[in-house]
Amino acid sequence: MLSVSHLTCQRGERVLFQDLSFELPESQWLQIAGANGAGKTSLLRILSGLSEPVDGRITWNGSPVREDREAFHADLLYLGHQGALKEELTPLENLTLSLGMEGFNVSEDAAMQALHQFGLHGREHLPVRFLSAGQRRRVLLCRLLLRPARLWILDEPFTALDVHAIGFLSRLIETHLREGGSAVLTSHQSMTLPPGLCVTL
Amino acid sequence: MSRFLSPFIQSVRRDLLLAARHKTEIVTALFFFVIVVNLLPLGIGPDPDLLRKIAPGALWISALLATLLGLQRLFAPDHADGTLEQMALSPQSFTLLVAGKILAHWLVAGLPVVLIAPVLGLQFDLSGRSLLILTVSLLLGTPILSLIGAVGAALTLGVRGSGALLSLLILPLYIPALIFGAGAVEADLAGLGPDGHLSLLAALLVVSAFFAPWVATVALRVALE
Repeated sequence: MLSVSHLTCQRGERVLFQDLSFELPESQWLQIAGANGAGKTSLLRILSGLSEPVDGRITWNGSPVREDREAFHADLLYLGHQGALKEELTPLENLTLSLGMEGFNVSEDAAMQALHQFGLHGREHLPVRFLSAGQRRRVLLCRLLLRPARLWILDEPFTALDVHAIGFLSRLIETHLREGGSAVLTSHQSMTLPPGLCVTL
Repeated sequence: MSRFLSPFIQSVRRDLLLAARHKTEIVTALFFFVIVVNLLPLGIGPDPDLLRKIAPGALWISALLATLLGLQRLFAPDHADGTLEQMALSPQSFTLLVAGKILAHWLVAGLPVVLIAPVLGLQFDLSGRSLLILTVSLLLGTPILSLIGAVGAALTLGVRGSGALLSLLILPLYIPALIFGAGAVEADLAGLGPDGHLSLLAALLVVSAFFAPWVATVALRVALE
């Protein structure tokens, strides 16, 4: 369970949000809503441990995230705005190498299968720079299939995806929740997910 | 042990693969080194005694500048595309991943310089023994350049005009390596033997290998905030 208490975030002089508290139990998902610039991405970055809050406390299964960073990161899958894809590598190389650096040795077959599930037949060996924005996003989302994690933090996961891929991703998130996982996501699109929690910034 | 080192090896592999896709970058740094070293005899004139005297310093300074050339791109592309974020969020040690990147940088930028240095040393009329000592000093010294350089690259990440700042920050820190590296050959020519200088250089290497990846990681975490 992820619990957040009295979180305050400041960017320069501006206080983006303060005294924010919520709890995210297992099998639940949380939508973070808010206008552009309200601090959604800042909140996700703080939750994932990339940046420090001015004030407040985040715990994962009872232990503070900051004290046991590696245990928390083993349970966490974070997908940010940026692709973290290398343009000059193929989707297959991108997946196996980036997951390898996280200590998950993914076989080429498994990575291939994940790419096929996301509808990237025939693009496995094409350098990422030849792929469209939506296809890049799909490559990135393959991590959800390949890397086991109990908490997903997804920043705008539906951006640039077509209807078919949105449906597939929604089903994937549903399965993840059914299996006891939890998810935090931001989105400006309407989603076909089971009812979840919502925090508005 | 292999489990502990596996992310390190993966990080090295990944950066080497990326370097292999960008061959121009490797070749540019190496050619820069070759050209700078070649310009010196042309500018100074064909006096064998003088050339022999300036050879170690000339090769060392050129190696230093060649290392500096690629240093800015050590973390910048990974920072720009979000890879660095994923590395920081990895359950594996971020420091080990950064150490892997530094090793890959040395393999790409430092090792070719070490390998070609004896060939370039020939045109300075260095003896076989001096060439050997010079190569050993570069073999011990170029990893120090990559290690200290990584700290500078991490500190200046995301800063505007980071190239000039990086040079200002890093070049003074290269002085000890330069003194002991270039000094090894001179000490040998003076009859003192190169052992003292090379030992000090090796000690510098051990200290920087121990601290630099860790300091660079701390700087990167700050840059990611």
